[in-house]
Amino acid sequence: MGLTIIEKIISNHTDGDVKPGNIVWMDLDVRSARDFGGPNVVHHYRGEYGTIPLENKGKTFFTFDLCAPACSMKYADNQQICREFSKEMGMRTFDVDRGIGSHVLMEEGLAVSGGTVVGTDSHMNILGAVGCFGQGMGDIDITFAFKTGKTWFEIPETIKVIVHGKWGWPATAKDLTLLIVKTLGTQSAALQAVEFYGEGVKDLSLAGRITLCSMVTEMAGIIGFVPEYGTDVEKEIKTFFPHQASFLQADEDAVYSAVIEIDADGLTPQVAAPFSPVNVKDIADIQGKQVDSGFIGSCTNGRLEDLLQAAKILKGKRIPEDVVLKVVPATRQVYQELLQSGVLSDLFMSGAIVSNPGCGGCAEGHIGLTGEGEVQVSTGNRNFLGKQGKGEIYLASPAVVAASCLQGCLTSPREV
Amino acid sequence: MLTGLDGKLIEDIDTDQIFHNQHLHITQSQEMGRFAFGNLAGWEDFSQKSSPGDILFAGRNFGAGSSRQQAVDCFLALEIKAILAVSFGAIYFRNAVNSGLPVLQCPASAELMARGEVKTGDEIRLDYLQGEGRIAARNVSFEFHPMSRVQHEIFISGGLFQFGKTSE
Repeated sequence: MGLTIIEKIISNHTDGDVKPGNIVWMDLDVRSARDFGGPNVVHHYRGEYGTIPLENKGKTFFTFDLCAPACSMKYADNQQICREFSKEMGMRTFDVDRGIGSHVLMEEGLAVSGGTVVGTDSHMNILGAVGCFGQGMGDIDITFAFKTGKTWFEIPETIKVIVHGKWGWPATAKDLTLLIVKTLGTQSAALQAVEFYGEGVKDLSLAGRITLCSMVTEMAGIIGFVPEYGTDVEKEIKTFFPHQASFLQADEDAVYSAVIEIDADGLTPQVAAPFSPVNVKDIADIQGKQVDSGFIGSCTNGRLEDLLQAAKILKGKRIPEDVVLKVVPATRQVYQELLQSGVLSDLFMSGAIVSNPGCGGCAEGHIGLTGEGEVQVSTGNRNFLGKQGKGEIYLASPAVVAASCLQGCLTSPREV
Repeated sequence: MLTGLDGKLIEDIDTDQIFHNQHLHITQSQEMGRFAFGNLAGWEDFSQKSSPGDILFAGRNFGAGSSRQQAVDCFLALEIKAILAVSFGAIYFRNAVNSGLPVLQCPASAELMARGEVKTGDEIRLDYLQGEGRIAARNVSFEFHPMSRVQHEIFISGGLFQFGKTSE
């Protein structure tokens, strides 16, 4: 019997019997923790194991991205606790200058096709974008992974999602992602791996794949993969991620628990209204809603391509004085690309705040919160009540955020 | 039997109903027991009613919601022997396994109860590895998903950390 992608990856990391429903011990190529969860990992590790060395210090990392640099004493102390442990153990820390941990791991070639990575980040499954197993876990699991290099995992079933149709500007990968989140809801993919196929996804760029795979979490899925790809994507991967190999493919006779077909033909911009990522509406049904602020960034939409999408709309224009736009590149590498291409200047001159890399607006990060009554249009992945402060969050593409900030209300990129 | 006013097993019991967030500052596990189900209507006095060795039966999606470890530890404090539910929340299941609390998926539990084959106060024998339950008083047997080898190893060791120390 053939194997799906997740079954293949885990098979290469376990001697257990890999079939859906079975729990196996699997080897972890990378074990990581962030400035959230990381201090608890240090606490557990010291309590349980004292000064016993890590199983493999070369495979163990801290990535500080949530509040970078720290803007509260809690985060400042927590980051320092991790730094001291890191020095003592001889492991590497990607400090507050580097950006979002999952993205840094991809850029560094630590998260690669066929690999296995865990971390204290519920969006660690974003690594499916490069064909890597990624999973967010709690601090007990991560402590154990630091010490043993292993974790136990129940093999999930895999569903196949086939996306049909041709679509293009002003729709983007984020709009496609929101359409898929709307269609699958939180039940269809729950606790399962997802493989996306079809003409609607196979030409997605790497940044587009990152956007789609990041929101499998919001579908309550385990992880998503986009195995088919054109030559342009291959070239892009080799340029930006030189360590990345070709994507793993599922066997032809792999077994899927369900096949779901989605029609994306003629896709239009989509917006997820408060307070749930599945509350997705067509821009036409919601445009005109007044916005106070915009946020472009996050693990979902913080790559260069995402920021270029916004810059194209903002270039030569000025955001009105009563709208605030915050832009946060995903990583230092993206920041450098922005700087060297001159796009940073376009964003700055439009009135945007461009901050250092990190998670930024999500999880009460360093770019600030929304106040009660504030309406923000954001490229993030969650709009639950209280997630980004007390405001109302509308999730959309970078292009929609840029257009909406220029107009002061939810606007299709076609209108500006 | 965690039943509601309709007499059926309660579904979607979330971690806030199991261990309310106003008690999250409690870090000593012995103190957690008295707050178990403190926010679940009709079950607020659970810690007084339960006895060491009790087995709980619940409906679908037991332990939905947040990742708080206290929602597992409060049952260990009361020496609850095992929890059988139609299904569990994913994070809750991981946390319970890591703490050495037997959580067993038993899709038949709702039916068993409806047929009156399992009742509060019954003495039940569970064979974790075979996935077989037996109620001697009525000579009834039932099935649940057997513990995987991995879950059993962690359970025998008394939790993930202990397992890690003994398996080296």
